[in-house]
Amino acid sequence: MPDVSITGEGVGKSYGTTTALKGLDFSVNKGEIFGFIGPDGAGKTTLFRILTTLLLPGSGKVSVEGYDVVKDYRILRRILGYMPGKFSLYHDLSVEENLRFFAGIFGVDVHENYHLVKDIYSQIEPFAKRRAGKLSGGMKQKLALSCALIHKPVVLVLDEPTTGVDAVSRREFWEMLLRLKSGGITIVVSTPYMDEAMRCDRVALMQQGSIMTTGTPQEIIAAFPRKIYRIKGSGILDILRLTRNMKYIRSAELFGDAVHISTENTDQAPTAGEISQYLSAQGLSGHTIKEVVAGIEDCFIDRMKQQPDKHE
Amino acid sequence: MKRFIIKEFLHIFRDVRTMLILFGMPLVQVLLFGFAITNEIRDARVAVVDAVPDVATKDIRNKLFASGYFTGGEILAGQHEIDERFRQGDIKMVVVFEPEFAQKLERGENPIVQLIADASDPNAANLLVNYATGIINAYNRSIGYGMQPAVIAEPRMLYNPSLKGVYMFVPGIITILLMLVSAMMTSISIAREKETGTMEVLLVSPLKPFSIILGKVTPYVVLSFINAVSILLMSYYVFGVPVKGSLLLLLAESILFILLALSLGIFISTVANNQQTAMMLSMFALMLPTILLSGFIFPIENMPEVLQWISLLMPPRWFIVIIKSIMLKGAGFAYFWQETLILLAMTGVFILASIRKFKIRLD
Repeated sequence: MPDVSITGEGVGKSYGTTTALKGLDFSVNKGEIFGFIGPDGAGKTTLFRILTTLLLPGSGKVSVEGYDVVKDYRILRRILGYMPGKFSLYHDLSVEENLRFFAGIFGVDVHENYHLVKDIYSQIEPFAKRRAGKLSGGMKQKLALSCALIHKPVVLVLDEPTTGVDAVSRREFWEMLLRLKSGGITIVVSTPYMDEAMRCDRVALMQQGSIMTTGTPQEIIAAFPRKIYRIKGSGILDILRLTRNMKYIRSAELFGDAVHISTENTDQAPTAGEISQYLSAQGLSGHTIKEVVAGIEDCFIDRMKQQPDKHE
Repeated sequence: MKRFIIKEFLHIFRDVRTMLILFGMPLVQVLLFGFAITNEIRDARVAVVDAVPDVATKDIRNKLFASGYFTGGEILAGQHEIDERFRQGDIKMVVVFEPEFAQKLERGENPIVQLIADASDPNAANLLVNYATGIINAYNRSIGYGMQPAVIAEPRMLYNPSLKGVYMFVPGIITILLMLVSAMMTSISIAREKETGTMEVLLVSPLKPFSIILGKVTPYVVLSFINAVSILLMSYYVFGVPVKGSLLLLLAESILFILLALSLGIFISTVANNQQTAMMLSMFALMLPTILLSGFIFPIENMPEVLQWISLLMPPRWFIVIIKSIMLKGAGFAYFWQETLILLAMTGVFILASIRKFKIRLD
């Protein structure tokens, strides 16, 4: 049994009549990167605000490092590092002034703790005198991360840290997280990008205030019960429309420039060849089809379809 | 804590608008109120109808136009021109002398001087007529003719003998500016942290509400104080408004009032979630009552009773009493300890309320 850092039991939260979180159960191990993956409105930010003592849970219990988020918020606020969705930096302060300020409010010295952020901060250090408001998205992200790390938090909570950041910076950012993890810090991260799920040790897929499934990305993919075919070719929208009408097709979704089709788990389900034949018969030729291993996004969509639709 | 205060100063110094409000406004306000907005009348253009000039009318005219209140003295051809000239708007009053003025005086009859004023601006008309009546009465007495009144009223305006408007405005401006700078600026700066999301990180830090508030307030105490001092200096050197009482006492009371305004500002920011709301609230909840209900412009005694009660709740009302007593009357602490006590109590209430209302969480 690994040591547990964060546990949540039946965590619920409502704003007026809307329910943001519907009784979540989860646990995060010490020293792992745990990802909450889900689209906007899934309740990730609300959950993170509860974890960071900013909101009171409406129901249930959450503890971080053994401390209750309601009772022990004073202690937790010393050991948490939090990076909110909008990088909360002072735009009229320079890069180094921001870092110095956040070190100051945690009562630590920038020079003493510099080694904690050196890896990340050194990348933006050439712009130390620049105002934070004038930085690019990627640089803001690095600065915000430095500010969240300067007081040596035990748990790092990152709310959508890669939203609004270019692809290169996103990749760099995940590399930084992996290095941080090797330093022993527990990292909880949320993201709407399914591809980032693979970078986490374990993930929880969230949808409309509930956790659909939890596990390592590999477990989740391995548990995917169906075959997935990837079709590429011209007339992609026609392919999408036609395949959706086929029998024993569970879903057909657009993935970039391809269509992913998952079939029902029966013997009657069409094979790749049959789908291809069907499309050709409908006058759509020149496409390629092959079976692929499911990705997290396939799993996500599949799980979403299992859930009764709760749109009001 | 130290970092927090440094950060606040940086925010202030880097924002042009904040700097303008902080330092441009006092200058503009004092000059505006001192020079432009004044309820004294100087050099009003006045015309005369004097069909048959004689010794007496010339004498009166000389006295009128030597007073400094009136200029012009152009002689109109007759009564029929008066209407036309008023409509042109270049004259404010016409003095009409009866014909055979001097003869009538000598015969012991009472000749008539008619004062016709343009009352489309009632205050100005009133003042002009009063000035002119005063001068004519003085003439009456000096020549010993006409009805000698049995009782002579001799007014003397204490504390502001020449009824200078600026004497009245300077205490008022100090009050308004301290209120504006302190309350509005702090409430906006706290609301800004909420709006940009930085408050989230401040909350998820070991800072206690008290430290956050103290960090926010300290720079504004310093700057407001500098402001108050600069207004006093400016009004002394530019307009010659004296500080008759103890300067130290005045500054101490100002600090008390600054603290009160700041605590009000913090209180507002606990209610407002963004800068706009904070600004509107400060404007309507603080600025207008400060100007209208504090007795700065409109005498409290003339207000309907309900408004008089409301004005009791206005912090500036009490501060204006204090500041006027010190500056103009040279009164000591014994004369306004009650007002000071009220301000102290209000400050206490607001500080307590805002620390209690300050949310340690987001909802």
